[in-house]
Amino acid sequence: MDGEELTAQETALYDRQIRVWGVDAQRRLSKSHILVSGMNGTVAEFCKNIVLAGVGSLTLMDDRLVTEEDLLANFLIRPDEKEFGGRSLAEFCCDSLREFNPMVRVSVEKGDLASFDGEFFDKFDAVVVARCSLAIKKVINAKCRKRSKGTQIAFYAVDCRDSCGEIFVDLQNYTYAQNSPDDCLLKYPSFEEAITVPWRTLPKRTTKLYFAMRVIESFEQAEGRNPGETSLADLPRVLVLRKELCEAQSLNESQIPVGLLERLLAGTREYPPVCAILGGILGQEVIKAISGKGDPLKNFFLFDVVDGKGVIEDISNPTET
Amino acid sequence: MDSQKQAIKGAKVLMVGAGGIGCELLKTLALSGFEDIHIIDMDTIEVSNLNRQFLFRQWHVGQSKAKVAREAVLKFRPHINITPYHANVKDPEFNIDFFKQFNVVLNGLDNLDARRHVNRICLAANVPLVESGTTGFLGQVTVHVKSKTECYECQPKPTPKTYPVCTITSTPSKFVHCIVWAKDLLFAKLFGDKNQENDLNVRSGDAASSSEHTEDVFERRLNEDPEQYGQRIYDHVFGYNIDAALANEETWRNRNRPKPIYIKDVMPDKPQQQNGNLDDNSVNGNSTVSAMPSLGLKNPQNIWSLLENTRIFLESLKLFLVKREKEIGNLTFDKDDQLAVEFVTAAANIRAASFGIPMQSLFEAKGIAGNIVHAVATTNAITAGLIVIEAIKILQSDATNYRMTYIVEHPLRKMLLMPVEPFEPNKSCYVCSETPLSLEINTNRSKLRDFVEKIVKNKLGMHSPSIMHGTSLIYEVGDDLEEDFANNYALNLEKFLSELPSPVTSGTVLTVEDFQQELSCSIYIKHREEFDEEKEPDGMLLTGWTPAPSNDDTRPISNGESSSNASKQLPGTQEDSDEISAVAADKEIALTGSKRKQSEISDVDGEVAISACTSGIKGSNQKPEEVDDNGDDDVVMLDENPCKKKRLQ
Repeated sequence: MDGEELTAQETALYDRQIRVWGVDAQRRLSKSHILVSGMNGTVAEFCKNIVLAGVGSLTLMDDRLVTEEDLLANFLIRPDEKEFGGRSLAEFCCDSLREFNPMVRVSVEKGDLASFDGEFFDKFDAVVVARCSLAIKKVINAKCRKRSKGTQIAFYAVDCRDSCGEIFVDLQNYTYAQNSPDDCLLKYPSFEEAITVPWRTLPKRTTKLYFAMRVIESFEQAEGRNPGETSLADLPRVLVLRKELCEAQSLNESQIPVGLLERLLAGTREYPPVCAILGGILGQEVIKAISGKGDPLKNFFLFDVVDGKGVIEDISNPTET
Repeated sequence: MDSQKQAIKGAKVLMVGAGGIGCELLKTLALSGFEDIHIIDMDTIEVSNLNRQFLFRQWHVGQSKAKVAREAVLKFRPHINITPYHANVKDPEFNIDFFKQFNVVLNGLDNLDARRHVNRICLAANVPLVESGTTGFLGQVTVHVKSKTECYECQPKPTPKTYPVCTITSTPSKFVHCIVWAKDLLFAKLFGDKNQENDLNVRSGDAASSSEHTEDVFERRLNEDPEQYGQRIYDHVFGYNIDAALANEETWRNRNRPKPIYIKDVMPDKPQQQNGNLDDNSVNGNSTVSAMPSLGLKNPQNIWSLLENTRIFLESLKLFLVKREKEIGNLTFDKDDQLAVEFVTAAANIRAASFGIPMQSLFEAKGIAGNIVHAVATTNAITAGLIVIEAIKILQSDATNYRMTYIVEHPLRKMLLMPVEPFEPNKSCYVCSETPLSLEINTNRSKLRDFVEKIVKNKLGMHSPSIMHGTSLIYEVGDDLEEDFANNYALNLEKFLSELPSPVTSGTVLTVEDFQQELSCSIYIKHREEFDEEKEPDGMLLTGWTPAPSNDDTRPISNGESSSNASKQLPGTQEDSDEISAVAADKEIALTGSKRKQSEISDVDGEVAISACTSGIKGSNQKPEEVDDNGDDDVVMLDENPCKKKRLQ
């Protein structure tokens, strides 16, 4: 890094975390630009974490108007604010986030991220999407990958359903310093590549939640639903889809328990403790990727309150890694 | 799910601590539907909190954490009840009856002492406790339910390391030794309570020769110029005292000889002509008095030269005398006191230079001197989420699913969040069972005061103890004692154990009680003549509820690689105001900050594995349809080898 020094204000504010990741990492953070799309409770947690950490700028996208539902897990919105019509979810969140750390520029971008052309993405070091369909994830991930402005754009997708959660990470070709003399290179598949890795090639102990999330995602896609627009009434058709997918992929159906599918279908709301956990892990991963410090996770993180495990799964084609 | 909602809605919870974990916890509790939350925190808000305690703003600095946290959360959950207490959880108002009104207690504390206190009250009040701690990227959440799980103290907590006096006063070999010397001896001597015992050599060369009258060189002479005084102190502690120590050849036979440093060596020109300009600071309050700006030093990350350290030493000493004269005699070191940190950094560095120890930046020195613990928002947020998950299980009495969860930095068996079944109570825990302790002590040379301070207060963590020998009371603490008794106890404190009215000798059984904590234990006294000054600096050895730690492998972190690691060994960790973690205090996992390697973590975890396995076979508690064909989706057990998973069945 260049010799630019942190200001006295930054040193005082960031004292405790500089003791964790060092001055260089703090400087890199303060020059980074992050984009998030989809302001749910998990993303609110994530935004809080990286604004506190001191990123350079954060851009929020979500044009929806605030509803009662949005208040449930999102602490960035005051309940009295929903009365003030006309302002978007992103705008309300922006106001709160600015207060958390005056040194971070927080702003709102209007529009549909999937329709933005590639150059728009060049401004950012990391893009995080939430409440996002399978198709949109693929599109945005692909746009991040197509840019080659020297530094790559890290892509993250996060989902919280009921008391379960998933984070997907694509750092493309990521090099970072480890304890060993040689730098470590990780090759990440895109979201599309990852989810097409044949299930039978995955280790037997792969977390069931990974498969269950794919089933639900495919179901929503096939039915033309928005993410989370499901209920228990969908179970029979979801079970049919599970059977089809498992047969096609040579996976035993018991690897995708009915109980788990039921929870994912019925629990369309976010569970606040899981938002905190996912937002925390995601924040940490983005900080790692930007600062170049620490082993980033590759490439799925899955958490389920029922067993309490926060598991990393590497879902990539062996030939590509 | 509806029953869960009802349980949450009707619950009354107590949070202890509104700091790093506390802010996150209060937010997550409110979002999760809790409607009656009480929160105790004695601290006020500081600038260095703002990077993670997101309920606080710059303009809140100086205000009560508990109260500001409440206001902030009411903005997004206006209709819930949050009751703040800007008070110490150890205050008598928070007695057993107070604790009994809660369904569960949630700790987000920063020190061992308060954790032990809350543990004991929760046991006495029979209220479940969720305990937590973080340091850097590491965290831990545990559940403590009386007679179902182990209590917080079932496994021993390493008490802060103390150094042999002679290492600090004569033969430092690490930077931390220089910090302890600068902070606990020199700073305390110059600015602290004059009546405190202090091991600094106060005799000057002149005084030593005239045996009639020994003058304390640290006393400022009548009308002595502040600069002259500073230079005199400098030459005495860095010059004369080192020369005096060098005279003892024996000490240096196997050690590097230190180099005396006098002002004239460092500043051959007139030291009086410093750049320091006192008037620059005159507009500021005490808390912002600083020696660095007037000397043109800005970046706390830089390591100062010997000359710069000397200037800071003289300037900060002068500023104390001139700007903060009224506080002298009452000061204790505080990591948030800029001038104190500057003085201690400079003094430690000059001493380090003298002993050939690498100097450190103010940033590092502050971390070591203040026992500052690494802290980031993300780990606290994750920890808070895990606490709420366990709290909800407790409200639903879902005992089979209680977990303690480790948050790790490097994945262990693919996991970043690793749940483990809680351990059973340790049957020989002196806190939650009635196990006698035994104490080896020299009863002819140890005073009752030593026993009270080192064992009853430091080791057993009692605050208002009473000590009985059979039916006779030999010591008691309380505000309402009759004068006769109080005087008698004061006399007893200064007596050797064997010379007490009812003599304490080998074979005596003492009963030590703390009424506030409703804790009582018996201690068998065993007389022992000699103690190893290096290994047993207390001069006594308490055993009983745990096997004595084996020597080197369980030694607390001391590689000096990370400032906060080293700092945990300093005496007096209690002054810390950040989240010293349960993790850090427990030696069972990764006490080591972010720099510990994975293999080391799993080594420490080995202990967890062993006790987990001996505490009984655990069945699967998942629904049948979720048990896969391997049947190994059970609770994770830890063992020495991170690649293997221990099967129970």
